[in-house]
Amino acid sequence: MNNELFRLTISQAQAALRRREFSAVELTRACLERISAVEPKLNAFLTVAESEALIQAAAADRRLANGAPALCGIPIGIKDIFATRGMRTTCASRILENFVPPFDATVVARLREAGAVFPGKLNMDEFAMGSSTENSAFGPTRNPYDLARVPGGSSGGSAAAVAADECLAALGTDTGGSIRQPAALCGVVGIKPTYSRVSRYGVVAFASSLDQVGPLTKTVRDSAIMMRALAGVDPRDSTCSARPVPDYEAALNGEIKNLRIGVPKEFFVEGMQPVVDSAVRAALKRLEADGAAVGEISLPHSQYAVATYYLIATAEASANLARYDGVRYGLRAEADDLSELYGRTRAQGFGPEVKRRIMLGTFALSSGYYDAYYLKAQRVRTLIRRDFEAAFGACDVIVTPTSPTTAFRLGEKTQDPLQMYLSDIFTISVNLAGLPALSMPCGYDGNGLPIGLQIIGPAFGEGVILRVADALERSAPVPRRRPAAV
Amino acid sequence: MAASSAYEAVIGLEVHTQLLTRSKIFCGCANAFGAPPNHHVCPVCMGMPGVLPVFNRRVLELTIRVGLTAHSQIAERSVFARKNYFYPDLPKGYQISQYERPLCVGGYIEVPGADGAPRKIRLTRIHIEEDAGKNIHRPEASLVDFNRSGAPLLEIVSEPDLHSAEEAAAYLRELRAMLRYLEVSDGNMEEGSFRCDANVSVRPRGASELGAKTEIKNLNSFKFVEKAINHEIARQTAVLQAGGKVEQQTHLWDAEREETRPMRSKEYAHDYRYFPEPDLPELQAPPGLVEAIRAQTPEVPSARRARYARDFGLSAYAIEVLTQEREVGDYFEALIKAGVHHKAAANWTMSEVLRAANASDQPLIRAIPAAAQTATLLKLVEQNRISLNGAKTAFAAMCKSGQDAAATVSALGLAQVSDEAAIAEACDLVLSTETDKVAEYRAGHEKLFGFFVGRVMKTTQGKANPKVVNEVLKRKLAP
Repeated sequence: MNNELFRLTISQAQAALRRREFSAVELTRACLERISAVEPKLNAFLTVAESEALIQAAAADRRLANGAPALCGIPIGIKDIFATRGMRTTCASRILENFVPPFDATVVARLREAGAVFPGKLNMDEFAMGSSTENSAFGPTRNPYDLARVPGGSSGGSAAAVAADECLAALGTDTGGSIRQPAALCGVVGIKPTYSRVSRYGVVAFASSLDQVGPLTKTVRDSAIMMRALAGVDPRDSTCSARPVPDYEAALNGEIKNLRIGVPKEFFVEGMQPVVDSAVRAALKRLEADGAAVGEISLPHSQYAVATYYLIATAEASANLARYDGVRYGLRAEADDLSELYGRTRAQGFGPEVKRRIMLGTFALSSGYYDAYYLKAQRVRTLIRRDFEAAFGACDVIVTPTSPTTAFRLGEKTQDPLQMYLSDIFTISVNLAGLPALSMPCGYDGNGLPIGLQIIGPAFGEGVILRVADALERSAPVPRRRPAAV
Repeated sequence: MAASSAYEAVIGLEVHTQLLTRSKIFCGCANAFGAPPNHHVCPVCMGMPGVLPVFNRRVLELTIRVGLTAHSQIAERSVFARKNYFYPDLPKGYQISQYERPLCVGGYIEVPGADGAPRKIRLTRIHIEEDAGKNIHRPEASLVDFNRSGAPLLEIVSEPDLHSAEEAAAYLRELRAMLRYLEVSDGNMEEGSFRCDANVSVRPRGASELGAKTEIKNLNSFKFVEKAINHEIARQTAVLQAGGKVEQQTHLWDAEREETRPMRSKEYAHDYRYFPEPDLPELQAPPGLVEAIRAQTPEVPSARRARYARDFGLSAYAIEVLTQEREVGDYFEALIKAGVHHKAAANWTMSEVLRAANASDQPLIRAIPAAAQTATLLKLVEQNRISLNGAKTAFAAMCKSGQDAAATVSALGLAQVSDEAAIAEACDLVLSTETDKVAEYRAGHEKLFGFFVGRVMKTTQGKANPKVVNEVLKRKLAP
């Protein structure tokens, strides 16, 4: 028997499990052993649920015996932002350190239905606020390609765990780039679907109008498989779309002839590493060689995206995080009266970045400032959305770098929040416009660190961006490199 | 103490009323009063991490019903907003409400004025929001009950069109009766399903600008509303008369001391930081819903009052009593429909029906006999087959037993004797034993007539038809 089952992709494992080449328990055990081997270096998991995972795997084996659902027996890591019934859900925050939800997030329930196995909960920036996973209250996750570097964030645990083969895929969330940027920095595929494509019920809210759930996987095909399992209407989420969910995998035909690819001139900026620039341009050449037409487009308001985002996201966060008050669940500080209870609980429970954003958002919504900040940001958001609408009149997908740099060193940007915010400069406008976008590896820098390429589609264009990504993956000159450090 | 005539009070009211829906506004928990603490709760109404609200469409229908009745404009699109503040009974740290774009805009409610003529009190808006839980303070700890958290609420805001405590109370009574007629709220003040805050200011009579206002919270009975407003008018008038300035403040009504006291500024100086609720789409009524509701909306008190005056010519007092509660008027009309004359129906409803209903803790409909049975009873009176007093006795018995009218009358032996021969026999008996009195009567002491009637009635155990008794006695006593 192959003793490196953890190296498999979802589609490989699916086929082998159906052929009964190995059992779901064996696959799960392989992942759990891999987790024990690499976790001391990575810290990608906040909770490893060994016995629960093995019970799920055993159940999956029984289902496999008679016609199993799509993800039956596949070990999938869950970012610790998703409510998991009976399993601790911390959001990487002290304030929820011991919180055990009595319910499953809709996507978690869907994965359970589909037979997935959950090896555990993955590290992240506290409340998904950050771009390096250094804002976790339980220590940073390290990049499997270089342990001195960050995996990106906020879904850094998810990206690192998939890159290091600790699980076959992972769930992440993306509010301003939190799936795509860590996917880029860890050399995996990550997709942020159209806002409303996937239910947000049971996802601890950061910024409700921006948050979306998506998968991080080893291949584009695996992302297509995961998307089909995750997407679809949910009566518990009023913002969730009722549009039918297509068979994304079936559409991966490698056909991109005459496809129009737009490249925004504003996205090749100063401060971008030349190696990132050249890798993305090389990928565009390959797409052209396959028959796509590449042309320049303009997204003139994208320069305001970061400022707009940090008003809207923080405003919504300031309200979303008000419920952590020490009254019903989570951390409760010792206090003599009510205001002391609130003050101390939140002072002890939240980390500095979370506090910074709550204060920013509270300020942006305050009487006398609302029009100048929040309302203006909403207007700019509309302009950004229109930029994309206009652009998609002239092209089918937009290609950009995912992040201006490859993985940076731990501690490099922690003292300068603005520098940290700028690592999401290419991803943020996509959330503001509510569009789907995918990040995939498109090469490596001189240090062997992965470079990410972003493909943005029109609303509900998950199918087309997966098709383009799949075509690009097929034309890759070198196969995906295994992380050197684990 | 009333405002001195040099000053005029200006009052606006904000009413919060709970809607009679089966489930809460944003989750499937029961919307019910009286369960053990934290019984009707779920992750959504407890504000657990990651939960999302799903709007209960029934709330939309009930609100539109109120809005149409109050002549409001029903907004095609309205928007939920988050109202942010910290309090232990508010699980999410914000209340989902409506702010810039409420469902119902403008409108008015007709209130009977002091002279009896209807007066229009304008509304600013009616919006939808969720209720909070309830804090329970014990010496050893403060506890929170979230059963009420997420109960659907309407906030009905009036324009400052009211000028006295009495007028304010009349408006509230009218609004409450309207909500009960529409079956959107039970209007129960003790259980908190109908609550009121009052904005009160005083200005020199004839001035067009409003004075600084005081917001009085915690008014949970009509009596308190009147007392608090009168107290506040007097207080502000005294301040103005002394040359002082009224401060814009929020006061709490202290029912123990019967006075308003200012809340500490910390208790109310909120910046609620409203912003549109991103978890809920704009609220849009499906096409045709407003018209469908308009077609089904029941009659409201003001319309019923006008109809009673027009069709039955009842007194203002009778109309007031009969329209206060919808079921009372419904019963009155059911009696008429069953063939009872409207005068008799009104009298009977106002006396016997209300007496029985008030004595019972059951809803009216279960406390008294079906209108058809009562009508049968009243027809027996009309036909002189029972006396009015007999009917009252029978009615009281029917309320208890649930038996029908005929069976009750016969079981109690209330059938009236109208047979002249039998009555003449009873009269003869009485007159033969009271020869002295007969002589006195014939000598001109005519007041004794009543005495003879009484004796005859007693002899017949009250069953004799008094009209016949009168006739027979008159004849027999004639000189």
